[in-house]
Amino acid sequence: MTGKRTNQKIAFWIFRILGLVVVAILFWILGFIIYHGAGVINWKFLTTAPTDGMTGGGIFPAIVGTFCLIIGSMIVAFPLGVMSAIYTTEYAGNGKIVKFIRVMTNNLGSIPSIIFGLFGMALFVNTLGFGDSIIAGSFTLGLLALPLVIRTTEEALKAVPDSYRTGSLALGATKLQTIWRVVLPSAFPNITTGLILSIGRVSGETAPILFTAAAYFLPKLPSSIYDQVMALPYHLYVIATSGTDLEATRPIAYGTALVLIIIVLGMNLLASFMRRHFGKKVKTN
Amino acid sequence: MIEAKNIDFYYGDFHALKNINMVMEDHTVTAFIGPSGCGKSTFLRLFNRMNDLIPGARLEGECLIDGKNIYDKSVVVDELRKNVGMVFQKPNPFPKSIFENVAYGLRVNGVKDKAFIAQKVEESLKGAALWEEVKDKLKKSAYELSGGQQQRLCIARALAVSPSILLMDEPASALDPISTSKIEELIHSLKNDYTIVIVTHNMQQAARVSDKTGFFMLGELVEYNDTKKMFLNPDKVQTQNYITGRFG
Amino acid sequence: MKKIRKILERFVEGILTVSGAITTITILLIVVFLFREGLGLFNSPSVEKGYNLCVNASNPVLHLSSVDIMEIFDYEATNWKEFGGADEEIVPFRFEEIFDRYPEEEMGENYELLPVRLGEAIASTPGIIAFVPQEYTPEGMDGVKVLLNDKITPSDFFGGKQWIPTATPAPQFGTLPLILGTLLVSFVAILIALPLGLGVAIYMSELASNRMRSFLKPTIELLAGIPSVVYGFFGLVVLVPLIQKVFNLPVGETAFAGSIVLAIMALPTIITVAEDAMRNTPRAMREASLALGATHWQTIYRVIIPYAGSGISAAVVLGIGRAIGETMAVLMVTGNAAVMPHSLFEPVRTIPATIAAELGEAPAGGPHYQALFMLGCVLFIITMIISVTAEAISKRESNKGL
Repeated sequence: MTGKRTNQKIAFWIFRILGLVVVAILFWILGFIIYHGAGVINWKFLTTAPTDGMTGGGIFPAIVGTFCLIIGSMIVAFPLGVMSAIYTTEYAGNGKIVKFIRVMTNNLGSIPSIIFGLFGMALFVNTLGFGDSIIAGSFTLGLLALPLVIRTTEEALKAVPDSYRTGSLALGATKLQTIWRVVLPSAFPNITTGLILSIGRVSGETAPILFTAAAYFLPKLPSSIYDQVMALPYHLYVIATSGTDLEATRPIAYGTALVLIIIVLGMNLLASFMRRHFGKKVKTN
Repeated sequence: MIEAKNIDFYYGDFHALKNINMVMEDHTVTAFIGPSGCGKSTFLRLFNRMNDLIPGARLEGECLIDGKNIYDKSVVVDELRKNVGMVFQKPNPFPKSIFENVAYGLRVNGVKDKAFIAQKVEESLKGAALWEEVKDKLKKSAYELSGGQQQRLCIARALAVSPSILLMDEPASALDPISTSKIEELIHSLKNDYTIVIVTHNMQQAARVSDKTGFFMLGELVEYNDTKKMFLNPDKVQTQNYITGRFG
Repeated sequence: MKKIRKILERFVEGILTVSGAITTITILLIVVFLFREGLGLFNSPSVEKGYNLCVNASNPVLHLSSVDIMEIFDYEATNWKEFGGADEEIVPFRFEEIFDRYPEEEMGENYELLPVRLGEAIASTPGIIAFVPQEYTPEGMDGVKVLLNDKITPSDFFGGKQWIPTATPAPQFGTLPLILGTLLVSFVAILIALPLGLGVAIYMSELASNRMRSFLKPTIELLAGIPSVVYGFFGLVVLVPLIQKVFNLPVGETAFAGSIVLAIMALPTIITVAEDAMRNTPRAMREASLALGATHWQTIYRVIIPYAGSGISAAVVLGIGRAIGETMAVLMVTGNAAVMPHSLFEPVRTIPATIAAELGEAPAGGPHYQALFMLGCVLFIITMIISVTAEAISKRESNKGL
């Protein structure tokens, strides 16, 4: 009867090792990029445009472009997403409509990002005539981020205790006043966390902006929302795959990858820090 | 023979059982009664080391079965649990067929002989007074049975690995009166082959099925006595108060 | 005052209601625009736009599929018998060849005689098939027959084995290699990710201490947060050369490289969903098993994994969904050869990678552009099926609770 315990020992060791493997994968990827990219990043790299056929210079226009796209897409996604979440959590009750909306939100979230790229090109670039531009890219990325904004906002609203709502309603406030003055303020930190998560998601996306916003090489900064921009993820793709002198551009690729990772993972870490911080606060209230 | 010596048990900082000493003879039914949270279930679960699963739990003292400390380092937990069967408060059959539920304990203990398993399943189901009701639908899901039948299935499942002790943690609390009385009859008939320890918060049940009764309160064993004496003329005034319903 | 406020509130609540439908509207818009552009493909001629195919009038053949046309002009099909015609050798004739047959002077000053010369050439060669611009087509001349210009059919699209969107005279939009490439890369990715992910999920839900868990959880979130282009870059500079060296291949950009990168990317989804499912196994099930003398491991594989079965299947389905739709990482490491996949160690091309690589160069509104949108439709339908399946599986799960 010792067989089953030996089996258990073997199985559990395998699982421990698998757990380590996953950690190792993460550290391998991060370590590799940090190791090669850290030496590249300096003030000049962050503040100058690419030169010499993108074998020299920095990535300033790409940083600015990504920044523009983040702001633009959040202007699209944030109000829409928050309003949609308010409707489903505060108004729609628990019936079939809400279930339907939730299924649709899940489905939207599972659509591959390249489809958003196709859609953005057909609707915003061609039909609405925005051309390859910040505005077309922002709308595309904004719609991509919607499900995430809606889901996190819904969670934030649900975390507000019902006693807050009944308390306010009992004082004669209307439903809308209650939402505006009581529910939203207390859900605000968690909604912000969702916003930051969405920024993290949006800033790393490449496929949706390939045909809607991103420029291959554009050393000048955008002057209006109808301008094309460079963007960090697309820039990484370009210099990693289609440079004329791959050896010379490798360091720039490492640097770009590191900057991108710092932005994306930084946002994720900030969000999880905020979640922990504000999460505790809600509990003690 | 089951013996508890100077048992103290803690959940983290909470002192759940306080210096308990008790002896349970073979082929008897012992009932533990007491208000909710008094520690009677915790105490029961010491005897098949089910409390090992709770993080932060700590035990002092000795639990002996047939003279051997079951918390000794040399004891293999799953061997112990094979010998000490347990029936839980709510029927908890696996999402498998009736047959597979009863065969489970044999299979995990390495039994491969099909004929032996089939025979053992039949015996156990008969032992649990369920055979007549399920013999034609052994392949059906256990979830198609009624609550009372499920609980008897769980008893059959425990019997299949031939334990010498059966622990029952409020086995009838989730059942209707008819099912309850069937379980109680079953306990009576099982007494000949097994040592049974049952936790119940139903005093009538304790009075009906048990030979000896222990009354727990706030983690202490207040009184341990023959059931008849306990319900007619208890030694302690707290027992008297509890039995006559003066505690919430 | 109060009245105005009431009206205002009604108005705001109206807007909220409408915004509740925003995701539904977005999906509808995606469907409309994807299919509007994509379905145009089946209205496009199979011959390159602005050109006609002409044969000798004696030739009984009326229709040629785009694959037939390509085979003819690639000299792979050489006899009209193969297409239901007479036993006659096929003479493919490209428009420019007319200048080999006639001196420039005989074309007229503004090439106004060009159609006539073409007509003569066609009428005099029984086995000819000529590829000519519409404006010079010798229509109505004796001895010349203009082939009916067929439209691209769904069976060309879904059954075709060649994807050569820039081929002349007939571009090839056979998506079979792309669909198979996508499935190959994704399924191998899941084969790699499933045991690994399930193992980690078991470790996290059953074995890990709280401290270990609170370390692993954010680790996996970080893994999920890394942008796909970074995975692609990592794959390109680390995995691709490694694979090339280890398996001694001519190129490292292979289906296998794509599968490994996708496996890493699908891991967080699989781990999180499977772990949730296993943690949701009722305590009573565990205790019942342990109380019967089962070891912890026996309890895991005989009770917990079967109980969490539908959750684990949902994890697999979602992982496949993630892998099938992934674009950038795959684009960067699989080598992008649009051929029928034969082995894991050859370059392949997936649907999303094709769209990403080619849409920039496809003229808007043309058949190539439409074909890429049609690919988008295919991808969209696949992911919708997957997401509905995952939904149905997890619904079955929630009904199982006793």
